[in-house]
Amino acid sequence: MSMLVREQSNVLQVRDLHVQVNSKNGAATLVQDINFELKRGKVLGLVGESGCGKTITSMSILQLLDQKTTKIGGSIELLGHELNGLSEKEMRKIRGKDIAFIMQNPMNAFTPVFTIGHQFIETIRSHTKWNKKQATELAIEALCQVNLPNPDKLLKYYPFQLSGGMLQRVMIAIAACLHPAVIIADEPTTALDVNNQKKVLYHLDKIRSEHGSAILLISHDLGVIAEMADEVAVMQNGRIVEKADVFQLFDKPQHEYTKKLLNARSVLPLDESFIHLA
Amino acid sequence: MGTYIIKRVMAIIPVFLLAALLTTGMIHLSPVDPAEAYLSAAHIEPTDEMLAQKRHEFGLDQPFLIQYVNSILKICQLDFGISYLSNKPVWEEVSYRIPATIQLALGSLALAVLVSVPLGFLAGIRKNSAIDHFSRLLSFFGASIPSFWLGYILIFFFSVKLDLFPVEGIGTWQHLVLPSVTLALPLIAMYTRLLRTSILENLQQPFVLFARTRGIKERTIMVKHVLRIAISPMITGLGMNLGKLLTGTIIVETVFSWPGFGRYFIEAIFNRDIPVIQCYVFIAAGLFIFSNLIVDLIQMYIDPRISRKEGHR
Amino acid sequence: MITSIRKLFINQKVIPICSLILGILFMMAIFAPWLAPNDPIAVNLVYKLQPPSWEFPLGTDHLGRCNFSRLLFGARISLGFAMLIFISSLVIGLIVGTFAGYKGGWVDQVLMRFCDGVMAFPSLILILGLVGIFGPGLPQVVLALMLVQWVYYARMFRGMVLSLKEQNFIAAAKISGSSQWKIIKNHIVPNVLPPLVVMGTLEMGWAIMDISAMSFLGLGVQPPTPEWGAMIHEGKSYIRTNPALMIYPGLMIMIVIVTFNLLGEALSERYGVKRDFKKE
Repeated sequence: MSMLVREQSNVLQVRDLHVQVNSKNGAATLVQDINFELKRGKVLGLVGESGCGKTITSMSILQLLDQKTTKIGGSIELLGHELNGLSEKEMRKIRGKDIAFIMQNPMNAFTPVFTIGHQFIETIRSHTKWNKKQATELAIEALCQVNLPNPDKLLKYYPFQLSGGMLQRVMIAIAACLHPAVIIADEPTTALDVNNQKKVLYHLDKIRSEHGSAILLISHDLGVIAEMADEVAVMQNGRIVEKADVFQLFDKPQHEYTKKLLNARSVLPLDESFIHLA
Repeated sequence: MGTYIIKRVMAIIPVFLLAALLTTGMIHLSPVDPAEAYLSAAHIEPTDEMLAQKRHEFGLDQPFLIQYVNSILKICQLDFGISYLSNKPVWEEVSYRIPATIQLALGSLALAVLVSVPLGFLAGIRKNSAIDHFSRLLSFFGASIPSFWLGYILIFFFSVKLDLFPVEGIGTWQHLVLPSVTLALPLIAMYTRLLRTSILENLQQPFVLFARTRGIKERTIMVKHVLRIAISPMITGLGMNLGKLLTGTIIVETVFSWPGFGRYFIEAIFNRDIPVIQCYVFIAAGLFIFSNLIVDLIQMYIDPRISRKEGHR
Repeated sequence: MITSIRKLFINQKVIPICSLILGILFMMAIFAPWLAPNDPIAVNLVYKLQPPSWEFPLGTDHLGRCNFSRLLFGARISLGFAMLIFISSLVIGLIVGTFAGYKGGWVDQVLMRFCDGVMAFPSLILILGLVGIFGPGLPQVVLALMLVQWVYYARMFRGMVLSLKEQNFIAAAKISGSSQWKIIKNHIVPNVLPPLVVMGTLEMGWAIMDISAMSFLGLGVQPPTPEWGAMIHEGKSYIRTNPALMIYPGLMIMIVIVTFNLLGEALSERYGVKRDFKKE
């Protein structure tokens, strides 16, 4: 990709995204009129209750919805290239390299019968022409970046031998190692305890500032959003009902639903700042 | 890993002792007196004197515990006694017939695996496709057709009508085709079904999605990740059903006049040849235990979670 | 969603059709003496290996016996003994299972370990071992099948009792003063019935398969009693000249087993009972 394109601030642009699922009883709309853009080195928070279409949105960016039953309308542009309708072969090259994905539950995201190293190197070698040794070196370096001790030994472990927090950091390392333009993090902290949550957010923040990756942070935890996001989009029933700068959204929510979400949260004690702790 | 294998092997010992107890106890449960059975098999008019002598010879006048220990010691030396009918050592008779049975069993097992793995796999990853419907039809009818009847139907069409394969006997590979198909069909039915269900379950697992988001090739995900995990219940089934395979050989050997261990056993039942019956039951139990051990070891290789449960953190 | 609708649609057809076929088969078995045109065991060598005619609707076998009548009477043996095995193993399983479940403790432990042992061992080898001890004959086969089958019911009833013990509605019913009979009728039976029906249906198919396999080997029903497996055994020598002799009884076995399996599967889908609780 040329420098010129890299310099553009809009890394990912979603226009009029519309997802329909076809069933025998006719078509049902899952999400509609989704518009947002991810900027280089910035974090967009996507909030809303479960079932509002957050995951559908991220899956349609990755073009991972079942093509037989769903139809994706609108435009998804990554660095000026249209993703919607791209062939599976082309799309595969983008997944994991240009757009990385961090899953919600690290404990069952890895294939249980392969070592961490196997899956790490498998990912690197799917996108590069490197040999096993070079890939291993990169994997070790990436694991060091997320402060995991003894990375060379760690690569030989099976997923069930690591804790959830460690696995989540491994996942971040895999996501970050090829310096993707976009990272989609789907509830990256939900399955973790407070201490590990802080570490995970710290590393995500570091990747953003060091590699300039744009992050789409999906969460229902407004504390996480408040700490991480530059901009926030609020989703309800398959639509984005409000999108604003993070300070503006928290201080002066416009939409009724946003106010409701914020009120529900204010009952809980605010988390202390974590960025410097981890 | 080593300790796991040792543990697993040690667990065989009590089962072995139990199987020996069963085979020893069998004689006492049976309404037939072995001495009488022996003499009638040898066409000798029994007298009280001869019966007493034979009972002493068989060690039946000793306490049960001694008989039990003796039979364990004998089994360890592969001594299963003398066949009443032929007056030859049972083990000699059996080891003469076992290769034919093993040939048949391995042939159909190979056939079953070769058919059911691709079929179950494709049916699983292409749900509701033509191949899926075919696999479901096959597994349904395969489980519903009695194998002894299927054998004759195959003979009727392929031997009598089309004259493609010999009706019965052993020798060339053509002889092996129909018996193996007959024996394999119920297994194909079961394994295809098991694998299909397991593939469908595993496709829902988050690791498949994660592998996709990492940009791994779909074919690699399906074959290396999904199939490798999904095949595990099928392998367990394989071990569990080796006993079924063994009893299946009895029927198929009878249908195709296959000179194996199973037919010999049936003859022994008719002739009340008790040592042969004991030997068969013991070997069947032994084979069942052994196959389960092999299956566990394969499972351990496929799924590292089994042997490393108490791993490091 | 789509598949579940389709399943429901299919089930709505499968269950009545299978029940109808089974109803006809049971009627055939019960009224065989009145339906059969001829004596199933009367040997008449003058009429041997006859083609179908008005007198012998499906022809005659190598001893001049009416094939059709033998098939009808064969249904009596297969279905009758399958029922017998089902009911008796159900009763044994019910008694042992509920006893183990209620008692708990070491009684439960011992009984369940015993069940595990029986389950782990291939059932046909157990049956063959028993036939080996007691000699060939239908009673031996039936006894052996019962001895193997009851453990599955015992496990099921034990599980049922254990989960019912935990559930509050029993306690609630007791407190509210419902009689014991009412508790059983309103709470326990509806819980037990669906898995029982599914299991019983599949079980019947397996029992029929096993009985006919044993009879085919000459270890079960002894001639001249008409039984499908035994008829195949007798008919096999005429495979070149008269294949119908072994085709008819085989078809009967297959129809019965296919019907039981289809019904069992349809019922298990309707009631959401897991099918693979057994060896298969």
